[in-house]
Amino acid sequence: MTPPDDIAVATPASATTGTARKRNAAPPRKQQSADGVRAVLRRTLRLRGARVGLVLMLVVMAIAFLGPLFSPHDPTATIGSPYALPGGDTLLGTELLGRDVLSRFLHGGAVILLLSLLATVVGAGTGMLLGLVAGYRRGVRGELIMRSLDVVLSFPPLLLALLFMSLLGTSPLLVLLTVAISHVPYVARIVESSTLAVTGRGFVQYCEMIGVPRRRILTGEILPSIVAPLTVQFGLRLTYSISLIASLAYLGFGRQDPAVDWGMMISQNQSNVVGSPWPVLLPVLAITIVTVGANLLTDSFGRAVGVDLGREG
Amino acid sequence: MGTDTDRYTGEYAVEVAGLTVDLERGAVNVVSDISFALAPGEILGLIGESGSGKTTVGSALLGHARAGTAITGGKIVVDGVDLLSLNRKELRRYRGRVISYVPQDPRASLNPAMRLGAQLQEALTVHGVASRQQRLARIRQVLDEVKLPSDDRFLRRYPHELSGGQQQRVVLALSFLCRPKVVVLDEPTTGLDVTTQAHVLRTVRELCRSHRTAAVYVSHDLAVVADLADRIAVMYSGRLVEVGAAEEVALRAAHPYSRALLDVVPDPHRRREIRTIRGRVAALHERPDGCVFADRCDFVEPECRRQPIGVVRIGDGHTALCRRTEALPVRAGQEEESTRVGGTPDDAVRTPGEVYLAVRDLRASYGGKEVLHGIDLTVPRGVVTALVGESGSGKTTLARCLGGLHDEATGEVSVDGRRLAFGAHERSAADRREVQYIFQNASEALNPRKTVGRSIEQPLRVLGGADGPLSQRVASLLADVALGSDAADKYPSQLSGGERQRVTIARALATAPTILICDEITSALDVSVQSAILLLLKRLCADSGLTMFFVTHNLAVVRAIADRVVVLNEGRIVEQGPVDHVLDRPQDPYTRQLLGDTPSLLHA
Repeated sequence: MTPPDDIAVATPASATTGTARKRNAAPPRKQQSADGVRAVLRRTLRLRGARVGLVLMLVVMAIAFLGPLFSPHDPTATIGSPYALPGGDTLLGTELLGRDVLSRFLHGGAVILLLSLLATVVGAGTGMLLGLVAGYRRGVRGELIMRSLDVVLSFPPLLLALLFMSLLGTSPLLVLLTVAISHVPYVARIVESSTLAVTGRGFVQYCEMIGVPRRRILTGEILPSIVAPLTVQFGLRLTYSISLIASLAYLGFGRQDPAVDWGMMISQNQSNVVGSPWPVLLPVLAITIVTVGANLLTDSFGRAVGVDLGREG
Repeated sequence: MGTDTDRYTGEYAVEVAGLTVDLERGAVNVVSDISFALAPGEILGLIGESGSGKTTVGSALLGHARAGTAITGGKIVVDGVDLLSLNRKELRRYRGRVISYVPQDPRASLNPAMRLGAQLQEALTVHGVASRQQRLARIRQVLDEVKLPSDDRFLRRYPHELSGGQQQRVVLALSFLCRPKVVVLDEPTTGLDVTTQAHVLRTVRELCRSHRTAAVYVSHDLAVVADLADRIAVMYSGRLVEVGAAEEVALRAAHPYSRALLDVVPDPHRRREIRTIRGRVAALHERPDGCVFADRCDFVEPECRRQPIGVVRIGDGHTALCRRTEALPVRAGQEEESTRVGGTPDDAVRTPGEVYLAVRDLRASYGGKEVLHGIDLTVPRGVVTALVGESGSGKTTLARCLGGLHDEATGEVSVDGRRLAFGAHERSAADRREVQYIFQNASEALNPRKTVGRSIEQPLRVLGGADGPLSQRVASLLADVALGSDAADKYPSQLSGGERQRVTIARALATAPTILICDEITSALDVSVQSAILLLLKRLCADSGLTMFFVTHNLAVVRAIADRVVVLNEGRIVEQGPVDHVLDRPQDPYTRQLLGDTPSLLHA
């Protein structure tokens, strides 16, 4: 066997020089198919981290999306004196302007989570496309894409977002777009390097040789092979989205009073956090829990597919 | 050669007795009853196919059992100590110092982030050579012995700055650094081309001789080992089926399995009939009760299957695990055989037909650096042409240019008078159907997420050419490459290396090509699997008149399959002609050198 000319030797699946050794009297191999979606999910959920993460995420999402149905008061109506303590009509007291804390909390999550999800989908999607093209076509085109993304990468995401906001004003769409843009270079980098590794493999070269259209090679051969790292990136980016959008809302770039979101709740009530902790504590806890949950789930998924990638080939 | 160990009375370098390895769960045996003893300086060749347990034995010699397995019995006495009685910590002090290991892939045992000097020093520090002066002196001495530079500039290098052969020499140096009693070498030359392999083998022999180090050399290729080892042990299904002096085993193999292994080794010096071993190695839990080889043996009797076979003494230090050694026909002697199957090149070579494929002044480069300097080549229809050379000779680049996988090239390639573009994207669908390429690494050449059937269908879907339902065509293609139709629904990971390569052959044949390019397609396979693939290709070529290019570094394979051979060196053709003509009377010194480096049982 001649060492191949390109140096794509370090990829896990190319450890063929070792397969003979691995195969020798190895324990009888279980019949394994290429991992179907269901098999991967089952393997992921077998991990305790995944189950805990899933529950945490579901709880917070239920609060955010179903919460408004159970809201005891109009979240915008003043129903008592500022910072009234829990009791009587208000389960968790009132906030700065005498509005019900629980109602505002239940109404303030959906927009944050929804925006986070959309920003992640848009950002990761764009990053994926650019990364695929840059990794597969390389050359001038790839260089151009990756170097311009490096420019974006050199700004801290929050700073980038603030820059856009202060130039263009605030609107939910703008928040979504700026957060999405901040994701693009990170996702593109991961996708580019995974694509590069897959492109060097024989099955992609074979497709090129028989003349499968490039777009079909990208969608039919390369994309399925990089689903695992892509999904991990998506999960990670989701948690960043949540904290970034909550931070922006905290800084006043979210919804405007009297409408409510969790970030705004924190900033409005932080001055009296000692006297009246609930209006700050609730959104902080919710954001923390959903972020930790998403992280645990992502991490477990990564481990589940990582194990699988190691056994392939 | 052939130190007679029966008469050896001194202390053995290593004594292995009744070594047994089992799976931790299910009481399944992996290897059992492995016993041998090696005198200082003696080299044992441990031979077997994939799945025979040879690597398990190799690593067990260092007291190591891979995850899921455990050493459950036996003794390994080195330097008066039974390694299996030691605990982990004590064992670590022995490994590397008293018994060391050379793996198949040198990259796996060199730290890519450490300079060579530091890595070599580390090995000595761990085993207590205290002074820096002493360490450096020892390192320089060993590097000299493995024929590597030993100056400071070399010691400051990183592993990736070395070639594969140099890396393997560094690992050899590492394993001999502490002057061990025993070295275990696990297929250390399988990834190297023949010339580098010959160098490494020579180095191993010199090191073992000069340091009186015993060695266990694990390999699947009898021809590689026959020349190097003093004794040969043939493994099958976890048992030593034959042990004897190297010459004895090579010339008078007693066990049917050893004989079969000898028969499948191609030879560069004579055209042998390609033979195969029928069936395949049984999985661990399916091993037969009686003789482990019974299911594949040509001489099996009902009695063979009844109970485990005892050791039969054949001669001085020569034993076999077979009750029928007396009954086996005398194996044809080497000389006799060479005349019996004397070279008869195909008619196509004797009477060259019209030119089918022509290459004119082909120059190819990578990133501006020219690697092919003007190749001129004509090939008649239906002829099998071997492209031969070391790594870096440009043989693969030439093949890729023909296959449409490399377009940084100038010159002309034409098939049947039509000019072929270099990039596959610029070729017409008809051209892409005509020229098919098979990759060296079958597991990378198949999408792991697609079933075998889907992979084989792909060229038919893209290029057309199937009349009738695809599934029917796939089944007939699978049958052509001797795979069952049930393989269509399997994934590549469920197949063996040889089966995967058969699938890529089936895929290449799907569009009924006229030109087939095979890029080192057997060099990662066991010799026995290789011969089966060669036989298959030979049959396919004869049946369908395929014009085939076979890229390889192994002249023995060339002799077995090709009609014509083209020898490449540093991007130029140095010699070409009919195989028997070129290999019997090589004109160019480079061809002679390649021929001399190719392992052959004739030398043994």
